[in-house]
Amino acid sequence: MSDLRELYQEVILDHRRQPRNFREMEEANRRLEGYNPLCGDRVTVYLQVKDDVVQDVSFQGMGCAISTASASMMTELLKGKKVEEAEVIFKHFQDLVTGKSDGSDGVGKLVVFAGVSEFPLRVKCAILPWHTLRGALKQQADAVTTE
Amino acid sequence: MSKAVKSLSRAAKPRLATPQHCVEEIRKDFPALHQTVRGGKPLVYLDNAATIQKPQAVLDAIQCFYSRDNSNVHRGLHELSERATKAYEGARETAQRFLGAADSRQIIFTRSTTEAINLVAQSYARTNLQAGDEIILSAMEHHSNIVPWQMVCEQVGAVLRVIPMNDAGELLMDEYDKLLNERTRFVSIVHLSNSLGTINPVQEIIRRAHARNVPVLVDGAQAVHHLVVDVNELDCDFYVFSGHKMYGPTGIGVLYGKTELLEAMPPYQGGGDMIRTVTFEKTTYAPLPYKFEAGTPNIAGAIGLAAALDYFGQFDREAIQAQEHELLAYTHERLAEIPGLRFIGTASEKAAIVSFVLEGIHPHDIGTILDMEGIAVRAGHHCTQPVMDRFGVPATVRASLALYTTREEIDKLVAGTRKVLEVLG
Repeated sequence: MSDLRELYQEVILDHRRQPRNFREMEEANRRLEGYNPLCGDRVTVYLQVKDDVVQDVSFQGMGCAISTASASMMTELLKGKKVEEAEVIFKHFQDLVTGKSDGSDGVGKLVVFAGVSEFPLRVKCAILPWHTLRGALKQQADAVTTE
Repeated sequence: MSKAVKSLSRAAKPRLATPQHCVEEIRKDFPALHQTVRGGKPLVYLDNAATIQKPQAVLDAIQCFYSRDNSNVHRGLHELSERATKAYEGARETAQRFLGAADSRQIIFTRSTTEAINLVAQSYARTNLQAGDEIILSAMEHHSNIVPWQMVCEQVGAVLRVIPMNDAGELLMDEYDKLLNERTRFVSIVHLSNSLGTINPVQEIIRRAHARNVPVLVDGAQAVHHLVVDVNELDCDFYVFSGHKMYGPTGIGVLYGKTELLEAMPPYQGGGDMIRTVTFEKTTYAPLPYKFEAGTPNIAGAIGLAAALDYFGQFDREAIQAQEHELLAYTHERLAEIPGLRFIGTASEKAAIVSFVLEGIHPHDIGTILDMEGIAVRAGHHCTQPVMDRFGVPATVRASLALYTTREEIDKLVAGTRKVLEVLG
């Protein structure tokens, strides 16, 4: 059970049960859909970006516990951050979930996702909201997919 | 063929006279089953519809070929090549007998079910179909029995028509009748659905197609180790399956076809072994089955497949079916006790595959938690996205049974699924 709890940490379970910023944002000036065809996870990320700062960010969609919690915590963390900071956090987060770092580097609360690195097939679940966010920030036209 | 295989095929009495008693015996034949995973949990392998574990006899046959007879087929004058050719052609005859085909020339070795379907799509359908012609599939096809036909449709301007199914996952035969018309040129249908477990009434589907002179391909990837298949009795025009879902190795598949159809079809690929004579002006093709086997074939794969078919052949098929049926009923009964669990695929004619979802919990989370308990299931769309759409789910959890599945393993699946509820419920 201990390994299981390393992946499904209480914080992750909490965000899964009550996802934060889980809403459509009418005033969004960036939005993008992300899709993982392997498991059918879908997420739409909404952003309100002004002067290179993420004024507001929200998401909607359906997915597994890992992708839902990842999206939820991402929105909490990014509100008020500069666009370039979001990019830095993404890189750190990517390193964390792929096992290239231990999370001591600039991911803050997202360190709860460290357990994902033990499950290669679940890395995409954790990272889908982030890929979608990056696509939205770059004002990419086509939906993001993990494949 | 290897000694191991020979000795097995000579085994006179069918095993499995008293099914439950024998499962433990059967498990001894499968080395991969005896291991622990995820930090010491005994492996519970319930992903047999994705690929099945291999008995020692298959591993021995492959090892024996490479360590003793390895040589190319159909061309060498030396002893090793004779041995390799004999074993390879012997494998063809084994596959012929397994399917009940009249002639071994009707057995084409391919890489897989997928390649066999592509072969028929490109060689038969692309040659014979024209713009406006129709191909009928069912709503529960694997992507490998959808995409090759879509490609043909794009190439010749034909149209796909799909037999719908009811909420239990059973094909609506009345709707099939409505789809059959003067434009129908081909029907391609799965025998046993990989995501729902439904056994389709293929014999009736074939009969109705033949009433209009329409040929039928049956995708038997899942059917061959759960049902008794006899291509003559079915009267199918093509039957395809893969070695690796039939206790054999990956990379080998079988296409059975009616002789007159195969003979009229152009080659699928060009290369060595499929020719009679070659000049730069004109090439004449080899007769069946070689016309469809360009290049050095998967010799060891075919030999491994034959060993698998021989291994399987020692069992009483009716006893296997009865045992699987009982275990399937037990699986349904036990899983049904779990609150919020919904089965996807509840056809009255069903075999060895149980797909389900849990209210509010994503199948990937279920798959991961079961994996932590040492239980290997599949969580995903099982290459049947239209089926997922039909049932309004992104994915399902699928437990698929085999010869060697025990009641204790089903109990562990049930306990593991309850643990999912503890963690995420």
